[in-house]
Amino acid sequence: MKLMIVDDSNIMRRRIERSQQFEELELVGTASNGLEAIEMFRKMDPDVITMDLTMPQMDGIECIENIVKLKPAVRILVISALADKATAVEAMEKGANGFLNKPFTDRQLNEAIAELIR
Amino acid sequence: MIQEQELKTFVEGTTNYFEVAAQQPASIGSPYLVTEGQPSVHEYTGMISITGKREGVVYFTAPKAMLTVLLMKMQESDFSHETMRDLVGEVANTISGNARKDFGRDFVISVPSVLAGERPEIPTSAGLRSFVIPINWRSHSAKLIVALK
Repeated sequence: MKLMIVDDSNIMRRRIERSQQFEELELVGTASNGLEAIEMFRKMDPDVITMDLTMPQMDGIECIENIVKLKPAVRILVISALADKATAVEAMEKGANGFLNKPFTDRQLNEAIAELIR
Repeated sequence: MIQEQELKTFVEGTTNYFEVAAQQPASIGSPYLVTEGQPSVHEYTGMISITGKREGVVYFTAPKAMLTVLLMKMQESDFSHETMRDLVGEVANTISGNARKDFGRDFVISVPSVLAGERPEIPTSAGLRSFVIPINWRSHSAKLIVALK
């Protein structure tokens, strides 16, 4: 399965890449905002995406909406600091499949990804 | 002006950040109100603008030495200026975003911006009073500064 990581923080993108322990996931691209993510999505056609929400140019919610229209079967795990329930509900309504709050441990990340791809 | 319970939200967010991201708890000092001028800041400061039902700014400010250790704890191997900037922005973003658990989604946070340099100063904003939450982690000191209308 092809993985794309979307986050405006380099540190977070590297952290997710380093910490995920699934051999079946191959990292095919990273993006630092929603617009870049859509462009990368069109090129690489990932199956699984981790998606930040608070990003410049285009936020994660709008990006999810766009990507799900292009590929309804894509699996999206939101990884965000936004800890209110309404935001999590909105992300799921737009097409996300899971929600993980920052900060997170490696274990929490891997459990969330396992839930996403099983 | 920020209420005691609201300050507690930021104290808990800061505590949680260090426990989870740095895998080592920080000791949080008693928050205090800055009565004159602007609070002093360290070499790197991440800033989050708050709009919506509250207005103001949340700052996380830390010295390079502390950020270096924090990055090591996160298994990072890049200790460049850009990575330091990225980290203070991410910490400020995470603590501010986590505060929405109590403040709700109308507590709208911006993407981070960063101040860095020898003696940076945070901009003065009319009508905003700053509360400082002192953070001691390992042998280092940092601050979370919360200035909300």
